[in-house]
Amino acid sequence: MDAAAAIAELRELSTQIESVVVAPREGAPIASSVPGDDALRMVESARALADGADQVRRDLGRDALAQLQAATPDGSVFVVVDDQRMAVATTGADPTVGLVFYDLKTLLRQLAQDDGGDDIGEGGGGGDDGAA
Amino acid sequence: MARRKLVIPVVIGAGSFLGTILYRRRSTRSRTRLDVYFDDGSMVSLAAGSPDADRLMPHADDVLAAARAGV
Repeated sequence: MDAAAAIAELRELSTQIESVVVAPREGAPIASSVPGDDALRMVESARALADGADQVRRDLGRDALAQLQAATPDGSVFVVVDDQRMAVATTGADPTVGLVFYDLKTLLRQLAQDDGGDDIGEGGGGGDDGAA
Repeated sequence: MARRKLVIPVVIGAGSFLGTILYRRRSTRSRTRLDVYFDDGSMVSLAAGSPDADRLMPHADDVLAAARAGV
């Protein structure tokens, strides 16, 4: 399953996730449910968020960053990372946190199983609207 | 006497209004936070008002804004 198909399946299954983007740990989005420029903005801001969280982790001397949720009254941002990719999703306010994390981890696991992590260009590369 | 009849409802109304504003502000603050989870299963919750949360939450606002612009 390529990244665009995985995102489309996730959008069908999850009623809480409003938008989702998958990107490598460095670089442009692989696939997204939002158009290219907005997907890129999402990834860049999410990467800054994850980098800041990683700095907090270093300050505390904890294990590697696994995931984060930034909750605001307007909605939540979820970021889940694995060795090669990050999945970023947005939801409305007060989501079911465990379910969203589970769905994003499943998404990354599907992509990791797919081809060992080299599916860039197969999923609507450059942040195309993979779920449209 | 007539003036007193007018002042009491005005004071009560103003107090209620102020209380509502304070409650909403406090509620909004408590709903804004950054929860960071680590590989060992532990988690840190950074509440709004802490230096780290105040530094990082604008990035979350940017993600939400970009996502909503693209929908």
